[in-house]
Amino acid sequence: MLHNLFIGEQADLLARRQLSSVELTQHYLDRIARFNPQLNALITLTAQRALGEAAAADRRRSAGENSPLLGIPLIHKDIFCTDGVRTSCGSRMLDNFVAPYNATVVERLQGAGGVTLAKANMDEFAMGSSNETSYYGPVRNPWDTTRVPGGSSGGSAVVTAARLAAYATGTDTGGSIRQPAALTGVTGLKPTYGRVSRFGMIAFASSLDQAGVFTRSAADAALVLQVMAGFDPKDSTSVDQPVPDYHAALQMPVKGLKIGLLKEFFDGLEPKAAALIQDALALYRKLGAETVEVSLPSLPLSVPTYYVVAPAECSSNLSRFDGVRFGYRCAAPKDLMDLYKRSRGEGFGAEVKRRIMTGTYVLSAGYFDAYYLKAQKARQKIADDFKAAFTQVDLVIGPTTPTPAFAIGAKIDDPVTMYLNDIYTIGANLAGLPGISVPCGYVDSLPMGLQLIGPHFSEGRLLNAAHHYQLQTDWHRHIPRGYES
Amino acid sequence: MTHWETVIGLEIHAQLATRSKIFSGAATAYGAPPNTQANLVDLGYPGVLPVLNAEAVRMAVKFGLSIGAVVAPRSVFARKNYFYPDLPKGYQISQYELPIVQRGSIGILLEDGVAKTVGITRAHLEEDAGKSLHEGLANASGIDLNRAGTPLLEIVSEPDMRSAKEAVAYMKKIHTLVRYLEICDGNMQEGSFRCDANVSVRVRGAEKLGTRAEIKNLNSFRFVEKAIHYEVARQIDILESGGKVVQETRLYDSDKNETRPMRSKEEANDYRYFPDPDLLPLDIGPAFIAEVRSTLPELPDQKAARFAQDFGLSAYDAGVLCASRELGAYFEAVVGRAGAAHAKLAANWVMGELSSALNHDSLDIDRSKVSAQGLAGLLARIIDNTISGKIAKDVFEAMWSEGGEADMIITAKGLTQITDAGAIERAIDAVIAANPKQLADYRGGKDKLFGFFVGQVMKATQGKANPAQLNDLLKARLSGGP
Repeated sequence: MLHNLFIGEQADLLARRQLSSVELTQHYLDRIARFNPQLNALITLTAQRALGEAAAADRRRSAGENSPLLGIPLIHKDIFCTDGVRTSCGSRMLDNFVAPYNATVVERLQGAGGVTLAKANMDEFAMGSSNETSYYGPVRNPWDTTRVPGGSSGGSAVVTAARLAAYATGTDTGGSIRQPAALTGVTGLKPTYGRVSRFGMIAFASSLDQAGVFTRSAADAALVLQVMAGFDPKDSTSVDQPVPDYHAALQMPVKGLKIGLLKEFFDGLEPKAAALIQDALALYRKLGAETVEVSLPSLPLSVPTYYVVAPAECSSNLSRFDGVRFGYRCAAPKDLMDLYKRSRGEGFGAEVKRRIMTGTYVLSAGYFDAYYLKAQKARQKIADDFKAAFTQVDLVIGPTTPTPAFAIGAKIDDPVTMYLNDIYTIGANLAGLPGISVPCGYVDSLPMGLQLIGPHFSEGRLLNAAHHYQLQTDWHRHIPRGYES
Repeated sequence: MTHWETVIGLEIHAQLATRSKIFSGAATAYGAPPNTQANLVDLGYPGVLPVLNAEAVRMAVKFGLSIGAVVAPRSVFARKNYFYPDLPKGYQISQYELPIVQRGSIGILLEDGVAKTVGITRAHLEEDAGKSLHEGLANASGIDLNRAGTPLLEIVSEPDMRSAKEAVAYMKKIHTLVRYLEICDGNMQEGSFRCDANVSVRVRGAEKLGTRAEIKNLNSFRFVEKAIHYEVARQIDILESGGKVVQETRLYDSDKNETRPMRSKEEANDYRYFPDPDLLPLDIGPAFIAEVRSTLPELPDQKAARFAQDFGLSAYDAGVLCASRELGAYFEAVVGRAGAAHAKLAANWVMGELSSALNHDSLDIDRSKVSAQGLAGLLARIIDNTISGKIAKDVFEAMWSEGGEADMIITAKGLTQITDAGAIERAIDAVIAANPKQLADYRGGKDKLFGFFVGQVMKATQGKANPAQLNDLLKARLSGGP
């Protein structure tokens, strides 16, 4: 079946003219029509546009062009601005917002011949770990539709898991790519902060946000990252450093690789989950890698640190949604204050408001030092811990999440429990490090993820290690029941 | 005088003369139709990011170097958070804890010759906001975001000034400097150069500063002076009647010549400053500083010192002539032709007749109707005694209103000075003959009548008699025989 092929295989068929992009696109559109109603993974479908882009890609193929993403259908998280298409960020606030420009990520993938099928559902303004905070309703996990897919890029994870697109873009501020990738059994890559442009990606927490990708394999992720990565003069925080050949990096041997087992990630981890990670380690040892235990003593500070830094930045980033120039505006405002209060009060959901209030509080005079400054210091300590660990090992490894997907509604009223879901992923964001989650087995019949984190700009190494794992395992080939054909 | 002492500090906002905005590529030109010079970055659209304009940085460094300040090796952009419709992002990007320019100073010279140094605490880069439009809109306010994102250099002084005059002298000095550096056009009507004044009073000799009021958005030197005068009087009134000055922001109403409260400290915003995560810290190395230093022009103080030294001018006059680069250049061009020996004469003419003619017609020096060459031509005729200083004023007026060179006008109007002693004596004789009574009175001791005789002779010669010669000859004649 076409949808079970990896990007490289689909590209091969396209290159050999055994398949057209229009056919492939139509195939995915048919699957979307069939499966999306039960998954609610999409906010906006761009079918006509996609078929147009597919036809254009086919023409480019005919003209002799032959790049791996040319004519391959994808879905963008609805946080990326797409010219002429609604970009809602999962919020009522932007339900009516049609972006007048393309995000750099969108621009680059479009330039490479990507065919955009739709915009994916997500937690409102990327704030959430379960995709339940979306104005457009929760996304359902194809492995068990009573369960969450994780978040905030839940829609992107689900369309990849259910094979509704060849790949999907996402963003990861505290685990928003890796956590849903783990919970839906797909590969999720969060690059180094600054590796991929943030221009046109609606900001949640600017110092943590990073665009990445959901694929079904590390090899596919290498193909997509190759196009997404690179300096963007429109983003001052993007890094002007050459982009290596990620596909070539896949071929490096794993023998001699030094892998650190993150001690703190196993404290209190349930045995079934811990066993999956131990299995993976055993496999790496078999491949000739060396595994040692490493400790990041400051890592337990990461959740409280994150929940100061991220809300602080979001409280400021979301100030522009004031009902004046774009987005939701309340009906018949009596005066300016009423316009502000009701537009924001009615336009934002509960979790977004909670974080704006938290962030406003931690930045306020009298609290700034105790919260914001202290969090910055803790953040530095966490980054220093990672740095020290990477003097001993090439990368560190652990679970992506403590548990598999939980039931919809189980944690939504308990923010602290919900926040703890990101306990293993947040550290990489605070330190700006790249991380990848790959499927590594099941707990209670639900997929779990193996997380690899490396030093800055070690995406090649991470993809390489993940690829070798996938050469030896087939978790990443598993399809949720009901979505096979 | 009173036992009150006035303490003033100024925050000057100089709009930097970059072609594009500080964080976007939109143009900064003034006066375009509303919202035609605001792009998605200026509008604060979702997903857009700021990119720092290198030219604005260069200009700030130029300023820092010219006031002997520290150019910070690392400065940081911070967000100042508050809601207002003309502030598209809900925050202003500014610099807070680590500004680009730190700890400089500048000298001011008052008319009475008193010199003083004013400390400059800091100067930081920030973006301007847009503006709200209320006129001609029923039940609505318009927003024009053309100005949003325009680069500003906010120059913050120490509370070193003790009178409105000092404050104005300081503001003028900074105004002169930024125009010399070509980093700001200095246009106050268009708001390119404006200031907030922090004003307080205290008992003379007290160490602690009094509670201050901040008067916002003063956009003329005259308003600064008047607003401070009003504010000082208001605060003294309050204190003398046993009240307390409230710390608040006030607005100056130039129509009523008064200040009024805008908002008090209690309702002041908590701006929740924090480093802008969209912009990296700004690192400036010694090589860049050296490169910028090499582009600095001769600064006003340097030029004034040179004028004083080379031309024997008073420090105050030299300062006045250096108030703008153009005026200094004009003066130097005049001196170049007239000769350094006549610099004082040139200075008097430039600061006197020329300045009042320019003021009268509201013209800048670069639009003067009499060129430096023209003025030098006129001065040459004074120097070689062709005309008197008094006649020269008439010639200047003719040059100003009708155009033409001094020589042409002197010839055409027959204004050449009479230096022939015989001719002057003949005129004297005629006047004496016609005024026997005055002659008798003069000789009887009424010395003051000397002026009468001078006037009569000048009248008879249409003012052309050489004044010095006339003086000598007349004295000799009056004290001599009948």
